[in-house]
Amino acid sequence: MDFGLSDEQEMLQETVKGFLDQEFSPARSRELFNSASSHDGALWNGLCEMGVAGLVIPEAFGGGGLSALELSLVSEVLGAAAAPVPFVEHSLAARALARAGSADQQARWLPALAEGTALGTVAFGEEGGAWGPRSWSVRVEDQRIWGEVLYVSCAEVADLMVVGVEGGGLVAVERESPGLKIQGLEGLDRTRSLSRVEFEGVPCAVLSTTPQLAEETLAVGHVALAADGFGAATRLLDATVEYAKTREQFGQSIAQFQAVKHQIARLGLEIEPTRALWWHAAYAVDHLPDHAERLPALAKSHVGDRASALARMAVELHGGLGFTWECDVQIWLKRILFDRGYLGSPESLREDCARLGGW
Amino acid sequence: MDLEYGPAYRAYRETVREFLKGWPLEGAESALSQIEQESLFRRRGIEAGFVYRNMPREYGGAGQEPDALKDQIVLEEFHRANAPGDLRSQGAGLLAPTLLEFGTEAQKQRFIPAALSGEEAWCQGYSEPGSGSDLASLKCQGRAEGDSFVLTGQKIWTSNANAADWMFGLFRTEPEKPKHAGISYLLVDMRSEGIDVRPLKTLTGGIEFNEVFFDEVRVPMENLVGARGQGWGVSRATLIHERNLIGSSSMLRDMFSDLVELAQRTRRGECPAIEDAGVRRKLAEIEGYVCTQEASNMMQFTAELKGDVSRTMRPMMMNKLYSTDTTQRIMECAYDLLGGEGLLGPTEADIRDWMRNTTSTGWVEAYLFSLGPAIAGGASNIQLNIIGERGYGLPRDLRLPAG
Repeated sequence: MDFGLSDEQEMLQETVKGFLDQEFSPARSRELFNSASSHDGALWNGLCEMGVAGLVIPEAFGGGGLSALELSLVSEVLGAAAAPVPFVEHSLAARALARAGSADQQARWLPALAEGTALGTVAFGEEGGAWGPRSWSVRVEDQRIWGEVLYVSCAEVADLMVVGVEGGGLVAVERESPGLKIQGLEGLDRTRSLSRVEFEGVPCAVLSTTPQLAEETLAVGHVALAADGFGAATRLLDATVEYAKTREQFGQSIAQFQAVKHQIARLGLEIEPTRALWWHAAYAVDHLPDHAERLPALAKSHVGDRASALARMAVELHGGLGFTWECDVQIWLKRILFDRGYLGSPESLREDCARLGGW
Repeated sequence: MDLEYGPAYRAYRETVREFLKGWPLEGAESALSQIEQESLFRRRGIEAGFVYRNMPREYGGAGQEPDALKDQIVLEEFHRANAPGDLRSQGAGLLAPTLLEFGTEAQKQRFIPAALSGEEAWCQGYSEPGSGSDLASLKCQGRAEGDSFVLTGQKIWTSNANAADWMFGLFRTEPEKPKHAGISYLLVDMRSEGIDVRPLKTLTGGIEFNEVFFDEVRVPMENLVGARGQGWGVSRATLIHERNLIGSSSMLRDMFSDLVELAQRTRRGECPAIEDAGVRRKLAEIEGYVCTQEASNMMQFTAELKGDVSRTMRPMMMNKLYSTDTTQRIMECAYDLLGGEGLLGPTEADIRDWMRNTTSTGWVEAYLFSLGPAIAGGASNIQLNIIGERGYGLPRDLRLPAG
C-alpha cells in the first residue's frame, strides 16, 4: 500500500520543471498572448529531446512505456508553467494508436510520434459541447470520413489526427489528406491553438468501431487535464499569496486583513487536497478497472470547477491590476478555463459519473 | 504508487475477517443488552489484538507492534462489519492518547483502562462563557492549596458532562503568568463536592450539552497532567486527536452513501429523485469532495509512513474544515431531497441515535447535528486562520498580541 510517487516519478517532474524554469519564462507566455501563434516549436522540440513526446508510447517503438500517472505528472508541470505545447493531445493520439493501430500503422507512426518528429492530436469536439463518443456524428464509409469537428487543438501543425466518429469509433487521418479543411479559430487560451476541421471524404484508417477505445482515451485525457488545471491553479495560488503579502493598502499588506487571509485559505482548501484526487484517478486508469472511466471524469469535473473558482478569486484579489491584460493572472485563468471545457464540462461529466455509478 | 496490500497484509486482513465472523453475537449472548454485547465483543477484540492495537497491554490495550497498515486494515474491516472496535468517545479517543503521552505512570494505570473499556465516561472542560475561540483567555480558577487545587468558576457547552464520571479540563493555576503560561491540565472527579452540572438543551433538542459550575472543588495535585502551567501544550495534543476524529473520510463516505439512498427513495414528481438531472449532478459534485478527502487521507497516510510530509502538511491542516464543509454540502442536499418532510422535527429516537440517517426526521436531526463539529475543536474561522498563517505563511491578525 503506497499512495505516493516513486523516485523516478519525482525525478520526471523535477526534470521537466527544471527545463521549463530555464527555457520558458512568464515573459515568453506574455509574448504568446500578444502574437498570433499558440505553439512554441522550439520548446516542444526541447521537451521531445527529454522523451516527453513518447512518454506513453511502448518502449518497443522508442517510447517511455509509462502510465497515465506519469502523463498526468508531466501535465501538472506543464499546466503550472502554462506551456504552449500540445502534450495532452499528442499523447492521447499516440496512446490510441499504440492500443489499436495495425502493425503497419504502429511501425510507421509510433517511432516518429515518440521522437516528436511527428505531431499527433485528437478531434473529439462537436457542436453543442458534445465531447463523448455517444454523440459523435462524423460519418465513415469505405475508409473515408465526412463531417465537421470543432475545437481541435494544434490541428494546423499536426501530422496525425485521431478523429471520433459515428458509433463511438476512432479513425486516424494524416496531414494534407485530400478533402481535409482546417480553419483556425481565435482561441481563448493562447497557449493552446484551436481550429475547426472539415472532412469531405477524407481517407482514414479505422482504429476502432465500438466506443471502448474512445472512452479509454478520453479518460486518460480527463485525468491529464485535471492535472494541468491543478498545476495552473496552484501556480495562481502561489502568485496570489505573494501578491497579497506585498501589496499595501491602508498602510499595511493586504494579507493582514482577515478577509483576505480567509479567502486565500479557502482557495488553498479547495485546490490543495485535489492533488490526491487526480493521482488516484490516474492510478485507476491503469490499475482499477471498475473506476477507470468514472474516477477520471469525477476528477476532471471537480478540479475543473474548483480551479476556475480559484482563478476568479485570484483575479479579484489582484484588484484592478488583476483585470488587466498585462497581469499574468489572465494567462492561468484562461489555461484553467480551457482545461475545464476541453474534452467535457463538469456538468456533462457529472452526468457520466451518475450513469457509471449506476444511479 | 501501489494500492495493493501485498500477501502478508492480505493474510492479516483474512484473520481480521475470520475474527469478525463472531459479530453480531449469537445464541445466549445475543440476549444481552446492546451495550453489554458491544463491550463483550470489544474485550474479545483486544484479546485477539485488533482493538486498541497500539495501546500497551498494561493499560488495557492489545499491545501490538505499531503498524499503520494493520491499523488501517482493522479500521476498514471493523467498519465494513459494523462491529464495535476502538471507542471514539472523549475518554478513549481524546484522553487516553493524551495521558499516554503526558501522564504519570500512576495516572496511566488508574485512568486509561477504564476509559478504553468505557467503564468511566469522560467529558472535556475547555470552553467558558467568555472563552470560546479565544480559549487561552479562560478564567476558571485552580488555586493551589496544600496538596490540592481548589477550582472556582464555570465551564460551558460541555458535551456529556451530565453523564460523565470524570472531566479533563483546563484551569488557570497561575493567574500572575501570561495568558498561555498560567494554565494547567487537570483531571476532575465529577462527583466531587461543589460541582453543579446544569444541562443545556442543544438546537437539535438533545441534552448532551451542559454548564458546569465549580464552587471550591478540591482536586488532588496528583491529578495534574504534565507540569503546572504547561496545560496549554498538553491540550494542543488532545486537540489534534479531536480534529482527527472529526476529519475522518469514512464518515463522509457513509453519509454520502446514505444520501444516494435518500435520493433513490424520495421522489421528484413522478420519478425517483435520483433520475432528475439536477439531483444527479449535485450528487456527483458532492462526491467530488468525498473522493478528494478519501484520496487525500490515503496520501497523508503514505506520507506519514514514509516520513516525508512535505506535500501533505497543508492537506493535514485542512482535514477538519474539509470534512465539516463537505458534511454541510451533504446535509443541504439531503434537506432539499426531503421536501415537505424536512418541515418535521426530529423524534426522541432520532436525537438518541444521532448517527441514524435512515428516516426523514433522522436526516433533519443529522442536518442540525452537523452544525456542531464545525464549531467544536476550533470553529471554521479559526481553521481558516491556521491554514492561512501556518499553511501559507500569511501574517497573524493585526489586533492579536503574541501572548
